[in-house]
Amino acid sequence: MTSLPNLKKRWGRPQVQRRLRRRYIYERIFRMLGLAAIGVAGLALATLIVSVGKNAFGGFVQTSIDVDIYLNPEDLRPSSARYRHDFAERVESADMRKLLADALERQFPDIDTDSERRRALQLFSLQARRTLRDYITATPEKIGQTVRMRLLASDDVDQVVKGNIDPRVPESDRRVKDKELAWLAALRADGRISRQLSTTFFTGGDSREPEIAGIFGAIIGSVLTLLVTLLTAFPIGTLAAIYLEEFSPQNRLTAFIEVNINNLAAVPSIVFGLLGLSLFLSILELPRSSPLVGGLTLALMTLPTIIIASRASLRAVPQGLRTAAQGLGASPMQVVFHHVVPSAMPGILTGTIIGLSRGLGETAPLLMIGMVAFVVSTPNALTDAATVLPVQIFLWADSPERAFVEKTSAAILVLLGFLLAVNALAVWLRQRFEVHIPD
Amino acid sequence: MTMATVQTPPKISAQGVNVFYGDTHAVDNVSLDLYQDEVTALIGPSGCGKSTFLRCLNRMNDTIADCRVSGQILLDDEDIYASQIDVVQLRARVGMVFQKPNPFPKSIYDNVAYGPRIHGLADTREDLDEIVAVSLEKAGLWDEVKDRLDHLGTTLSGGQQQRLCIARAIAIDPEVILMDEPCSALDPIATAKVEALIEELKGGYAIILVTHSMQQAARISQKTAFFHLGQLIEFGDTTQIFTSPTSGRTRDYITGRLV
Amino acid sequence: MTSHILKSYDQELDELKTMVSQMGGLAEEQLDKAMRALHSCDFDLVDEVVASDVQLDQMERDVEQLSMTMFARRAPLADDLREIVAAIKMTTLIERMGDHAKNIGKRARDMALEGPFTVPPLLDSMANEAKMMVSNVIDAYVRRDADAAVDVWEHDEHLDSLHSAASRDILSRMMDAPETMNFMTHHLMIAKNLERIGDQATNVAELVHYAITGRELDQRNTTSAPSITDDA
Repeated sequence: MTSLPNLKKRWGRPQVQRRLRRRYIYERIFRMLGLAAIGVAGLALATLIVSVGKNAFGGFVQTSIDVDIYLNPEDLRPSSARYRHDFAERVESADMRKLLADALERQFPDIDTDSERRRALQLFSLQARRTLRDYITATPEKIGQTVRMRLLASDDVDQVVKGNIDPRVPESDRRVKDKELAWLAALRADGRISRQLSTTFFTGGDSREPEIAGIFGAIIGSVLTLLVTLLTAFPIGTLAAIYLEEFSPQNRLTAFIEVNINNLAAVPSIVFGLLGLSLFLSILELPRSSPLVGGLTLALMTLPTIIIASRASLRAVPQGLRTAAQGLGASPMQVVFHHVVPSAMPGILTGTIIGLSRGLGETAPLLMIGMVAFVVSTPNALTDAATVLPVQIFLWADSPERAFVEKTSAAILVLLGFLLAVNALAVWLRQRFEVHIPD
Repeated sequence: MTMATVQTPPKISAQGVNVFYGDTHAVDNVSLDLYQDEVTALIGPSGCGKSTFLRCLNRMNDTIADCRVSGQILLDDEDIYASQIDVVQLRARVGMVFQKPNPFPKSIYDNVAYGPRIHGLADTREDLDEIVAVSLEKAGLWDEVKDRLDHLGTTLSGGQQQRLCIARAIAIDPEVILMDEPCSALDPIATAKVEALIEELKGGYAIILVTHSMQQAARISQKTAFFHLGQLIEFGDTTQIFTSPTSGRTRDYITGRLV
Repeated sequence: MTSHILKSYDQELDELKTMVSQMGGLAEEQLDKAMRALHSCDFDLVDEVVASDVQLDQMERDVEQLSMTMFARRAPLADDLREIVAAIKMTTLIERMGDHAKNIGKRARDMALEGPFTVPPLLDSMANEAKMMVSNVIDAYVRRDADAAVDVWEHDEHLDSLHSAASRDILSRMMDAPETMNFMTHHLMIAKNLERIGDQATNVAELVHYAITGRELDQRNTTSAPSITDDA
């Protein structure tokens, strides 16, 4: 046996010590780089949350104005004989603008021209008249009395109250003129201006008026769309993965399919939108803008992700489990469905949810199939026209009104909340189905 | 060896068995008779083909893509590679215990009940309870687990897991039990318990045991077969093999000399 | 035979074989000294013979100890197992040869104290035969020669017939001269000792043969068993 050179002596050399010191320095540098990377990522996240959160707060609250309204029976007279018998119809046809304008005139004696009356009326949202009408219909015994009502202000007023409109800007460059500002100052001095949590935001559909625009329609659209995606992509994806991983022969065809699936996962989502457009709308002629088509399109996009994730988790199931079942005389299908799939379930579910949460945040493919339309009503069926949360955000971000900036941020916050909830669900499912397999 | 075992026909008779993995000749013209009520040990260096041969006996090699088997393996005079033989049925007759304990990630009860369930061997719930209890009893595990049948099988110790796997195998009443290095992952006490169990089970089954432990083969087998480079070098009574082997290669292997 | 993968195992086996063959050599030398003492009436030689017996006892215990250690540490199998078992049994036999040689030495002293005597020539022939058997069987052991062991084993018959002839010779001398009765009785016993040493050498030959081939040397079938096929 040959002997080693005299290493004892070499251990004593200064190079060894220097090398050791250098190794420690590298170690420290690497650790600091890692911390820096996490720091940058954290900073980016914090910036997003702060900038969105700051604006979003305004999106959740709305300004209201308290006014004393005399419910003048004269004004509630039927305007034509047709409405004489039905009280509700009579109220419906009555001119709420006049009631409101009269109230404002009493509030601001300086109003004397018609144009000023109109400007004063515009302090209120269109919603205000509806609120008034509903009130009268509900409580007819109040007719003839003066009531104090809290009515929704217009988005411009809202912006002034929230301080988003600077009164120092020259009047000509301002959406809200000096006259209105004076009225608002008077109202504020009277304690008639208040801010409340906006329920409309959570219960209403889209609107051209920011103060009454809501995200409920978009949420329902998103839920329906994802439901379609889940119901199609999950079974198709997992069955494809199980077949490819457990049953298919290993030949060129399966290798070809595998390469294609991996490539599809990297295809830009807009391409799936074009595919959905030509397949579902042009060929199958399914209803445009519907959650059905949106969901199917997103399913196409999600499939590769689900298949890849499912195959990976099926492959991670220890071979011993399969041979154990085979050794007991289980048929191939029993082996797979009694043992392999249950063990792979956490991974499969995680992959599916990751795919779905990507779908939840996806806009581009949905633009292609017309889910970008302005939809006021909440969808009731899979074939109704609908929009989804990210598209809603896209639409609002594109709107000129200052108040939509806040709405956009608020909607982003809601979307982030949903994503968080979905991911939490993934974690929960993983823990729920996790079984310890000796490897 | 008693006169009775001489006269009974072999349980399994392998005749001229060859196994190829692609171009590799893994088992080379092996002929071997295995008898009921006996433990036959297959020994030999790693890669000698003993495990491959063992897996031919219940056709576990079928799942390997480029594996070809030729020759005849008769189980009670019936060729198990014949086209009319159903692999699932065959594996119910020829059970298997693996090197690493591999209980299902299910309860102890469900582990043992799985085989009878999928083959429809139990008529009632009570029936199944009894099969599970008797199998665990036979595997010498009943007293240790009877109070926690609902615990996960994977929570048992290594030796208990292996005995659970044996209980699982005997719950479908096989005729032959194949064991592929069943103690290689166990400590000496757990090994002794499994060996005691094998000795106990010997009556009623033909047990074929692949092992790397010469001492284990010497302790519990009646017949020993020595494999080398895919060939069966020597097959005979365990006592003879371990005191006076006739082949130099057998001697060199079991005495720890360079082969 | 190739060596063990574990070198220390080979070293221990070699040590064991050396101890056994040394014991054999010692016993052979002891017998030689005892016969010389008989002829020369040299009491110092008698003392040496007695001392050798003590040494043989000690060596037997050493071999036993080493064998036990090897059983415990090496778990010997096949050839190694036979080797070690044979070694233990051989040392017991060799130690007994030593006892017989010691006996001869003691009788030599007893007779010398009684007066002058002559050694029957057949007794010398027997002693030479016995010495040769002991020497050959140890040789066979050292050279791993199963055939040589068979030769030794077959030689026993010759020694037996010599023993019968010697016994008859001594008895006839006894009848011719009854006053030599004491000496002749001693001579008879010495013949018996020599015959026993031959028997023990034969038994050692059987063990050597078994250790090498793994087959028993059958009492009646004296053909040498086929040796192991070295097909590696």
